[in-house]
Amino acid sequence: MAGIVSYGAYVPLFRLGRGTAGWDAPTERAVANFDEDSVTMAVAALRDALTGMDPQSIDALYFASTTQPYAEKQSATTIAWGANLRPDIFTVDCTDSLRAGTNALKLAMDSVKAGSAARVAVVASDARLAQPRSAFERTFGDGAAAVVVGEENPLATIEGHLSFSHEIMDTWRPADEEMVRAWEDRFRLEKGFIEALQDSVSKSLQKFGTTPKDYTKVIFSAPDARAHREAIRVLGVEASQVQEPLFGALGHTGTGFPLMLLTAALEEAKPGDRLLLASYGDGCDVFSLQVTQDAARLQPRRGMKGHLAAKKLLPNYEQYLKWRGLHQPDPGVRRPAIPTPSATALFRERERNLRFEAAKCRACGTVQYPPQRVCTRCGERDKYEPVRLADRPAKLFTYALDYIAGSVDVPLVVCIVNFDGGGRALMTMTDRVVEQLEVEMPLEMSFRKLYEAEGIHNYFWKCTPVRA
Amino acid sequence: MAESIRDKVAVIGMGCTKFGERWDASLEDLLVEAGYEAFEDAGLTAKDIQAAWVGTVVSDRTGQFLANALKFDYIPITRVENACATATDAFMNACFAVAAGVYDIVMAAGVEKLKDNPYTGLAVGGANLTSGVEPAVPPPVQFALAATRYAHHYDMPMEELKRILAKIAVKNHANGAKNPKAHFRREIKLEDALKSPMVAWPLGLYDCCGVSDGAAVAIITRPEIAKKIRDDYMLVKGIGFAVSGRQGLLLDDYDFVHFEENVRAAKMAYEQAGITNPLQEIDLAEVHDCFTITELLIYEDLGFAPRGRGREHVDAGTFELTGELAVNPDGGLKCFGHPIGGSGLRMIYEVYKQLQGKAGPRQRKNPQLGLTHNIGGRPGSFTCSVAIFGR
Repeated sequence: MAGIVSYGAYVPLFRLGRGTAGWDAPTERAVANFDEDSVTMAVAALRDALTGMDPQSIDALYFASTTQPYAEKQSATTIAWGANLRPDIFTVDCTDSLRAGTNALKLAMDSVKAGSAARVAVVASDARLAQPRSAFERTFGDGAAAVVVGEENPLATIEGHLSFSHEIMDTWRPADEEMVRAWEDRFRLEKGFIEALQDSVSKSLQKFGTTPKDYTKVIFSAPDARAHREAIRVLGVEASQVQEPLFGALGHTGTGFPLMLLTAALEEAKPGDRLLLASYGDGCDVFSLQVTQDAARLQPRRGMKGHLAAKKLLPNYEQYLKWRGLHQPDPGVRRPAIPTPSATALFRERERNLRFEAAKCRACGTVQYPPQRVCTRCGERDKYEPVRLADRPAKLFTYALDYIAGSVDVPLVVCIVNFDGGGRALMTMTDRVVEQLEVEMPLEMSFRKLYEAEGIHNYFWKCTPVRA
Repeated sequence: MAESIRDKVAVIGMGCTKFGERWDASLEDLLVEAGYEAFEDAGLTAKDIQAAWVGTVVSDRTGQFLANALKFDYIPITRVENACATATDAFMNACFAVAAGVYDIVMAAGVEKLKDNPYTGLAVGGANLTSGVEPAVPPPVQFALAATRYAHHYDMPMEELKRILAKIAVKNHANGAKNPKAHFRREIKLEDALKSPMVAWPLGLYDCCGVSDGAAVAIITRPEIAKKIRDDYMLVKGIGFAVSGRQGLLLDDYDFVHFEENVRAAKMAYEQAGITNPLQEIDLAEVHDCFTITELLIYEDLGFAPRGRGREHVDAGTFELTGELAVNPDGGLKCFGHPIGGSGLRMIYEVYKQLQGKAGPRQRKNPQLGLTHNIGGRPGSFTCSVAIFGR
């Protein structure tokens, strides 16, 4: 039976919350850094899910998001390269609905059942934009989750599934707009989420031959905290059965939300536990899962718990507006515009840029980044093997703080990084606290969006302090 | 065995514009200003010049702009570009042509017109589009990487390193204030430097040189011809030139507290000139103080001070105008300014004037040997030149 063989998550480091100057909500939400988007968070969640698992063993990647960077150009390919998956795999973007994450889970399950793939990675990620000071801005969050679906030693089997479509204009975003729109609150709640959930859960339980009492945890992705409370009431489940929806800590993370909550539930689950998962967005996808004995064997990873615990509060709301490009003050310095990245160079450099591959000289063992045709140390020509730097621990050799780089992330931390096992790279640091920087501090690598120019989103690696 | 350039080439005329924000001057104006000063100094005209090498990094492309400015008569002109060592590279190649006996009298020119763009710093990019993933790091940030590591390497509190760097800035400002052609002509106090706004931590505003317009020109010939033109010509004693292939960025054992290119270029120049103790033998040095940390490392790389002990010499005043070895008596890049492709020849101009006893309030007593040094690029990958001059 198909099931979940691994899971992982990513929550950005930063939060808007009490203590953020100018943030007027009593609750917290996760906020993507200026260099994060659905693609970068997807790579991070997928790497988390692949802890202790060979990325090359993945046969297909389903990427779910409503905020993928391109309308034409697949994001799953970029994510596959960033997470070091094989090139000969099936990749697809699932989109346009907050249900896209569980849509992808259903498709993955079917692929595995059909035998077209042994291991399918599903990653759902969103960084949705809402009007400044709107209710959505307070309740949305940014984040991603990834699950690997397969039949071999699942941690949780997917014993039942049922989907319903529900045609309604409750929340939507036109293709040419950035901000999510919505109809009036009562209508959205009663005729949207509650009606669809109530109907689909009851029909699903009939099909599965279960009752609410059979489930250790009931997981559903409500639009907000109030809708979530209302759902508990109408479904008639005990409060102790309900998976904590994280509205005050994370926010509604779009397509990633149901899988992030599922990941959080799996982190706490014990063998034999039964989980009911229901997502909402233009209908519902309902899954019944049972946790197996293999759950205890999963290698430790950051997951939801680790990522939620390691956080930093944004000092002020204006910083958030800058990060989202909603407030662009005069940088006060005149620098030339960033040139368009050359598509031909990006193509040639795919391995070094996206997989972060260095070259290790077969003759003298020297690791060099970017890869060199002729070894800098011993002069051997074309005798090298690729070495992926992205997963290697590293140390800060030296750094400088650039106060003239612009206005979004001042000061820009420019680093010389030395990798364990050899190799050095000039790179920038992100998710940093300037006062905590120290020469020789340990670092890890994070896939980020450097900038956008002429519609090209240029992804590359940055270093970060090791996330606690 | 190849022969040394020592005593094979003489400088018989030089010119240098006032450096600075020359809103009044075009590229042509700068070249005419420096070129005609050199012609008058040598008592020659454009018709006497048989070939020329002109250095610029961003201001123009081929040799034609020099021919146009000085109205040369269809002579060979090579445009040279090699980062901040551009002008010295032009000078070196002009010297080689003369030493080879191909020409009798040639010109080396270096020029940059930087202040016609809207940027506060340098706006230097490559010719080709790239993948754009390597951080676009401006020069102060690149050199700041060396300062951070220097403090760590020698277990120095950053405040102490900042104090030493500030003293270097104070020295160069004091020298620049005495120079009518310098971009910045104001003395500063230690507190001014220490309190200056941060540009690229740990480097503040006064740790950074100026970005300037300017040009400098040399007329070069063989000593036997020079003798007929003037008595106080200057002889080239050695030229070292070292170009990196990014070794310091590719190899993780490069230390960032010395610049290997400095060491290599100096070794070549010292061997040619027969110098074994630079601190004692050299009277003045015009070095590439693009940032104060660069000047500190140069003291150690060029053998003016032992490794890690440049600070002791700074505190002892060794490199001040009246010290044992005056470094940047004309104000250096810090105060004379830095038109990238012109700076190497500006340095040679100061050595030339000092050796002739024409340096005015900056004049060293009876100098015999002067050194110029350029370094361009960034820690880990530089182009470096060291040249030595005498009588």
